[in-house]
Amino acid sequence: MVERTPMDPASENQFKRDLVTLIPHLRAFARTLCGDAAAADDLAQDTVMKAWDARSSYQMGTNMKAWTFMILRNQFYSEKRRSWRQTQLDQEAAERTLVAIDDPASPLALDELRQALIMLPSEQREALILVGAGGFAYEEAAEICGCAVGTVKSRVSRARRALQGILEEGAYDRDGLPAGDAMRSILSDAERLSGPR
Amino acid sequence: MGLMSNQPEKTKGPDLEEARLRQQAIGVKLRQMFDDVVNEPVPDEFLDILRRHDERAGGK
Repeated sequence: MVERTPMDPASENQFKRDLVTLIPHLRAFARTLCGDAAAADDLAQDTVMKAWDARSSYQMGTNMKAWTFMILRNQFYSEKRRSWRQTQLDQEAAERTLVAIDDPASPLALDELRQALIMLPSEQREALILVGAGGFAYEEAAEICGCAVGTVKSRVSRARRALQGILEEGAYDRDGLPAGDAMRSILSDAERLSGPR
Repeated sequence: MGLMSNQPEKTKGPDLEEARLRQQAIGVKLRQMFDDVVNEPVPDEFLDILRRHDERAGGK
């Protein structure tokens, strides 16, 4: 390990405060990568630990959210490489998620979206989440994923099309719901959320 | 009522307009799904990680 100049106490405190405010976002990102909530929290906790240990390599004033998301993503893929081949893990995560999200209190449309999301290849899923939900610009998402901006753009657009296809065709199986029901419930939910007319 | 029944015909045609609406709806749900987790209370274990570091630093 490289010996680094330690942070001064004021910067360290600031770093810690900023890191704490990012924890909810790290948990949300981890949940979309792992699918299952317990594995996601383990991943997010590892990320907090790694970010803290690497604090002296963080440049104050740069985008700390992107920096921590990058650590989380690297951690996710290095664990994945260690344990299973990607396809196997995706399959297992999908199966665990299908069980885990069988929550009667959860709105139907959200369950269906989670199921559809877990069916996407992980590089499409992460790109769509970063840009579509995490509030990152394409450039930032490219930096987090270590790829070109154009690659992120095409992954996001492929992910959007694939999601819509899955939701419309009911490519998953949920209590024998007829195809197209998922998209219908998402549309009516979105209409309700967009406020009263 | 409903999104599908009373959409006026757009110059680009109803199919494109419909696709746009569907993408928009998916986007709304995606953000909702993400924000639901963001708004969950953070489990104590997370703060314990940083507290342990505090204690270690304070003991020096």
